[in-house]
Amino acid sequence: MAANSPFSRMFGRSPIGPIQEHISKAHECAEQLLPFIDAAMAGNWDEAKRMQGIISAYEEEADRLKKNVRLSLPKSLFLPVPRNDLLDIVTVQDKVANRAKDIAGLMLGRQMMIPAPLQGAFRRYLERSIETSAQAVKAIHELDELLETGFRGREVNVVESMIDELDKIEGDTDDLQVAIRRALFKMEQELPPVDVMFLYRIIDWVGDLADRASRVGSRLQLLLAR
Amino acid sequence: MTIIAEHATLLLAMACVFGFFMAWGVGANDVANAMGTSVGSKALTVKQAIVIAIIFEFAGAFLAGGEVTATIRKGIIDPSLLTDTPELLVYGMLASLLSAGIWLLVATHFGWPVSTTHSIVGAIVGFAAVGISMEAVAWGKVGTIAASWIVSPMLAGTIGYFVFMSVQKLVLNTKNPFDAAQRYVPMYIFLVAFLISMVTLVKGLKHIAAFKALQLSFLQDMMISAGVAAVATLIGISMLRKIKLDPSENVDFNFTSVEKLFGVLMMFTACAMAFAHGSNDVANAVGPLAAVSSVVASGGVIGAKSAMPSWVLLLGGGGIVAGLVMYGHKVIATVGTNITELTPSRGFAATLAAAATVVLASGTGLPISTTHTLVGAVLGVGIARGIGALNLRVIGTIFMSWVVTLPAGAGLAILFFFTFKGMFS
Repeated sequence: MAANSPFSRMFGRSPIGPIQEHISKAHECAEQLLPFIDAAMAGNWDEAKRMQGIISAYEEEADRLKKNVRLSLPKSLFLPVPRNDLLDIVTVQDKVANRAKDIAGLMLGRQMMIPAPLQGAFRRYLERSIETSAQAVKAIHELDELLETGFRGREVNVVESMIDELDKIEGDTDDLQVAIRRALFKMEQELPPVDVMFLYRIIDWVGDLADRASRVGSRLQLLLAR
Repeated sequence: MTIIAEHATLLLAMACVFGFFMAWGVGANDVANAMGTSVGSKALTVKQAIVIAIIFEFAGAFLAGGEVTATIRKGIIDPSLLTDTPELLVYGMLASLLSAGIWLLVATHFGWPVSTTHSIVGAIVGFAAVGISMEAVAWGKVGTIAASWIVSPMLAGTIGYFVFMSVQKLVLNTKNPFDAAQRYVPMYIFLVAFLISMVTLVKGLKHIAAFKALQLSFLQDMMISAGVAAVATLIGISMLRKIKLDPSENVDFNFTSVEKLFGVLMMFTACAMAFAHGSNDVANAVGPLAAVSSVVASGGVIGAKSAMPSWVLLLGGGGIVAGLVMYGHKVIATVGTNITELTPSRGFAATLAAAATVVLASGTGLPISTTHTLVGAVLGVGIARGIGALNLRVIGTIFMSWVVTLPAGAGLAILFFFTFKGMFS
């Protein structure tokens, strides 16, 4: 007796669960930046190194999940939404984790200190950036509800408003970024020039983290626009 | 003539054994697909599915299986050519049963998608065309049957698409899906029950000697069906009332409570599916048996105007149940555990579409493949963007399988036909 009948084999594994798992992991990776930054600001580099290790491990885990989704989406699958859109979403989601890893790696490698007057603002900026990826997780977790309603009707509006909220949070990070750059500009004469260069880069990257998270929303929007 | 008189008991006994063997195969393997959607969508446990299948497969076989049985018994072969050699018909039908049964067993063992219907029809056409003559086959009828194999999945797919769209529109895409489900699910239950009892009354009962005397008018049929459907709906409503909206279970997935309501609907649809399957697929086993028994009973007169004895359908129904009880539960469990991506609302749409198509085919006496019809229905729901992922390659092999099954069934049947011919003459 064959273990499974052809009739049951025709039901493929839905890619939605794995995609949701992937964004959750990418977000977890970004979340660890907060304890990392706290350790770095306190000058506790042992703790920061430990946190960077965790971030790196999560990023690898996200990569593994990404590969899983890609491998579970052969061309012969008949999906309710275009296969390429789903693959794009995973690619974009993965970039969130990559950027988080970049930030931690660079700060640890150069043992970067955030100047004391900037620390409060910087932490708020980072928090808001991570909230962007939290909102992306929330939107992607509506995918199973979208499937339930056949990607039509009211549920689409629910997701649309989530994506609007996502863009709003991302807009906030832009404002915070402008403010923090201005503050840094005022004090940059007293700081070592190379450190300032890299500070600007980290500020950029934190903004980019939010950008990348909001791009997940844009991809989801493309999936819904038919 | 003499051969039949001489070996009457033996031939009839062989027909019964082979027919039972075939029915057993249907019960052991084929029922699993019919019930799999219900078990997979968690609307039924394996035990419940078995109980429902036993009751409704048997009821469908006995109450509504007559029309298709008549087709297989005397629709595929033109009996006028066999008046002088009735024993050939007997050998052929025995060979068809045996070869279809064996082919089914082999294919199931290797996990090939085969249809019981296709193998038996292929076998009958094969032995008649090769063993007797090309003219012995009623090609017009065979053409109709072959066409119905293409039409039935398409029809089921279309119905599935629209049923699912209606579920979306009336229930899932509303402001308050839970209340909408409480309102509309009873209507779906009514529809399912009405459809099944209508086909049974209009087309099925006339084949059963006991009910033959009951000549009901179409209006009376409608009334009785409405009554049956109303009772089913009331049972359904009382089950639905027990399910309360529980906000805590809807945190991860907003539709958990709603799907519970559809689970109730799925139970009724599962009954309909089992009934439909019994009504169509019992004929694969008992059609040839009925042909043999009528020849033997009339002492070798082919096409004698004899009503089909009720025991033939009973034996078929019994065989299906035996296969289910002895082996089917294992297969239902495996099929069910593999269909995890199906929620009750989807399972309902696909199963209702398939059940409706199969019951209609049973009413018109067309032997169709239940599994192919189900596949078509599932595809229909998939096209309505209701299923997470469907494996097109596997679906392709399922539909291609009947191209392989026909010659395989025919080849085996020809082999056995000449074996029996040699044995008895």
